[in-house]
Amino acid sequence: MTLELSHLSRRFTDFAALDDVSLSIAPGEFLALLGPSGSGKTTLLRILAGLDYPDAGSVHLDGHNFLVAQARERKIGLVFQHYALFRHLTVAENVAFGLRVRKRKLRPSKAAITERVNQLLKRVQLDGYGHRYPTQLSGGQRQRVALARALAVEPDLLLLDEPFGALDAQVRLTLRRWLRELHEDLKLTTIFVTHDQEEALELADRIAVMNRGRIEQVGTPEAIYQQPATPFVCEFIGKVNKLPVTCTDGKLAAGEWVLDSDPWHGRHAHATAYVRPEHLALGVPANQPAWIAHLRHIYLAGSVVHLELYVPAIDQTLEADIAGEDVARLGLQTGVDLRVAPRSAVVFAIDKPGDDATVQDRWMWQAQSTIFA
Amino acid sequence: MRRRILPGFGLSLGYALAYLGLIVLLPLAALAWKASGIGLHGLIRLLSSPRTFAALKLSFVGATFAAVVNAVVGLLVAWVLVRYRFPGRRFLDALVDLPFALPTAVAGIALTALYAPNGWLGQWLVPHGIQIAYAPPGVILAMVFVGFPFVVRTLQPVLESLDRDVEEAAESLGASHLQTFFRVILPMLFPTLLTGFALALARAVGEYGSVIFIAGNIPMRSEIAPLLIVEKLEEFNYAGAAALGMVMLIASFVLLIIISLLQRWSRRWAEQTR
Amino acid sequence: MTASLTTAASTTAAATSLQKRQPHWPRKIGRALLILVAVSFLAVFLVLPLSVVFVEAFRQGMHAYLSSIKQPEALSAIRLTLLVAVIAVPLNVVFGVAAAWAMARFEFRGKALLGAFIDLPFSISPVISGLVYVLLFGAQGWFGPWLDAHNVKIIFAVPGLVLATIFITLPFVARELIPLMQAQGSDEEEAARVLGAGGWQMFFRVTLPNIRWALLYGVLLSNARAMGEFGAVSVVSGHIRGLTTTMPLEVEMRYNEYDYVGAFAIASLLALLALLTLAIKTLLEWHYGDEIAAHAPGGH
Repeated sequence: MTLELSHLSRRFTDFAALDDVSLSIAPGEFLALLGPSGSGKTTLLRILAGLDYPDAGSVHLDGHNFLVAQARERKIGLVFQHYALFRHLTVAENVAFGLRVRKRKLRPSKAAITERVNQLLKRVQLDGYGHRYPTQLSGGQRQRVALARALAVEPDLLLLDEPFGALDAQVRLTLRRWLRELHEDLKLTTIFVTHDQEEALELADRIAVMNRGRIEQVGTPEAIYQQPATPFVCEFIGKVNKLPVTCTDGKLAAGEWVLDSDPWHGRHAHATAYVRPEHLALGVPANQPAWIAHLRHIYLAGSVVHLELYVPAIDQTLEADIAGEDVARLGLQTGVDLRVAPRSAVVFAIDKPGDDATVQDRWMWQAQSTIFA
Repeated sequence: MRRRILPGFGLSLGYALAYLGLIVLLPLAALAWKASGIGLHGLIRLLSSPRTFAALKLSFVGATFAAVVNAVVGLLVAWVLVRYRFPGRRFLDALVDLPFALPTAVAGIALTALYAPNGWLGQWLVPHGIQIAYAPPGVILAMVFVGFPFVVRTLQPVLESLDRDVEEAAESLGASHLQTFFRVILPMLFPTLLTGFALALARAVGEYGSVIFIAGNIPMRSEIAPLLIVEKLEEFNYAGAAALGMVMLIASFVLLIIISLLQRWSRRWAEQTR
Repeated sequence: MTASLTTAASTTAAATSLQKRQPHWPRKIGRALLILVAVSFLAVFLVLPLSVVFVEAFRQGMHAYLSSIKQPEALSAIRLTLLVAVIAVPLNVVFGVAAAWAMARFEFRGKALLGAFIDLPFSISPVISGLVYVLLFGAQGWFGPWLDAHNVKIIFAVPGLVLATIFITLPFVARELIPLMQAQGSDEEEAARVLGAGGWQMFFRVTLPNIRWALLYGVLLSNARAMGEFGAVSVVSGHIRGLTTTMPLEVEMRYNEYDYVGAFAIASLLALLALLTLAIKTLLEWHYGDEIAAHAPGGH
């Protein structure tokens, strides 16, 4: 059941929705296609569902050409973004639809269909709702009906288009956990499209980050978060401080923060460093390179505290996240000056300052010293 | 590689095109072909005949007049039906479509029974010198009747969705109700009003059934162009009938194109001032 | 203390809202005047002609009314009218659904042009709609000599009446369905496909149920027009009593023969049909407004 996507391209009249996309999906995997709107993730999903076709490239399922099959022959469960429930059919009839339209030879008996529908409605926690119409359900309930309908045909592959996009925050969180449990039960290969990084990080086994029709990075949520492959992934996933860096005389420098090594041996003059807020160390000892930063604001956000630090040397405001108890331990209050330095950073060499399009090389930098707070 | 996801494109489009071709386009081609048979000379002779000219004039000028009346009255009725609540409103609202649902021949004899010199209203109007039936006003009356629903029904949804904020803003700036109407509401409604006007006009120009009973069909006075076509057909003058039909078709298309240009212009103007 | 405060506050609130709601008296008069003008216009312009039909039909009493309806010519006109509608309306339903499916579900070149052609019969005089068939199938028409040689009659016969009626009512169903199907989008049909439905299964189980009320609405309007059409059928009919006269044509013939009671008797049946149409139309709009939706009734 390995799904092999290779070199898929899809052009619409004025832009490339997919540009040479290759991806391999393992059996039972829970994969997220994550990206901003217009990044091509929905086009990719629709191609897998048979609702769109690529201009070039191929999709193979265990070595068989997947694209020659029509949508109805692919054994796919698809949950539409706005659910696309049949509005004139009851919940039970919606779920039974995929079984009832089968050829007589393959169609289960009436009793078997009823049995299966009831079983599925129980599974999605909607037993007793079979006689209602879609308009009589809440958004979360409709979502689960759509899922039950997709599962009824016992698909080989489950596709979800922005599964939680139309729901409010509370319902979204509950449904997310529930979907994860469902996947652990069924072990069904599942691909879902989302623009919400939190959703992707929490749910998926692997994430494919998409941008402008290309896959920027594929990896586990940890890898995506800790070792972003491109500046786009750095900026799209989580919060990040972006710093211009100069590379001269075998040193990398951004203001007072200087590293005594140049991974590129003078091949590049400029770079951009990305530093996550939780990777900024405060109160760095004087023997370590660090910025003198002015603490402008302290935002309490539950267990975490956000700090806004102004660094005059590079004329930039940095964001730092620290644990709530550290505020008192470090004696932090608005207006104090602090020595601040990154604990780790991802540095991309670029041709011109401020130009992300000319990214050359990536360097994952980690502080050697353990003296940081 | 296949591109159409949903089935039936070839079947549905093919069937629609074939049907449309047989029912509409082929007959219209026959009209154009037959009409061209009379030649330029024939056309000039046809149009310079005073009777033909008078009939065309009555059809087009009368229809324009009727459409103007419909625009004014239709705006009033649509406004009252949308903005005010009064007993019987829903009944009247449903009744607006009557001229559309009522067969034109029925409308024709009913209007004649009302406005003929011995009719219900005619017996009071004619002694005061107001002759409607068997005269041009009767033609226009019938044209107003058949075109009436168009303006009301086009305006209603737009009036309903009209932003009340804008009116309230105008009034809070000190505009009087009349000023608000003429300076704020009417400009916003104008493109829609033109649509309704065009629909009513197109209907009135070609109208036959309701007009011929009340018109009296006096040559040079109350004879409409479609009737002249019928008369030519009855004389087996197919080429003449076709030519006159073609002239009417072209004239009404030119009229409709002018209106749609006017509409585009007024819409753009309305958007620019926003 | 608290209670009196609340009362005071609510009184003030009521006073303000009263002030706000109650228009000044000139405005009230203006409103009453507008309503009065609109209502009297509708009464004189719509209700009066409708009443005149029934009053004139019964002018000589029930007996005269019934006997003029029971005349064989009247009965054959009723039969012919029903026959024409029964053929023309279903044909246009099939066309309308096909055209709407193509136009609302696919992108193709010339789509706008196709839409314009579908609308064409609305902007053509009924007389011309009849005329074009005479030019095609009449004695001097394109196919006239051939038809004559094979002894097929279209003009001055039932096929001509049907053709002219199809032409006149062609746009109704398509015009009703296209905007609705465009607004509904194709998600449900795509879902049906992914769930394994075949083309016709998708059509009968998903598409058709979703457009059923709009379809009924379109049928209702086409039917009213088909049964009431006068100009177009008048041109192709030849007015052969008992053979090619539909009800509206029978009205005309009786009227021209000064048989006013007879003319209005048939007219009253047509007026009843119109009222029935309006009633069903209004009911459909009240109950299924959303499912008919997206249509501007002015576009007829």
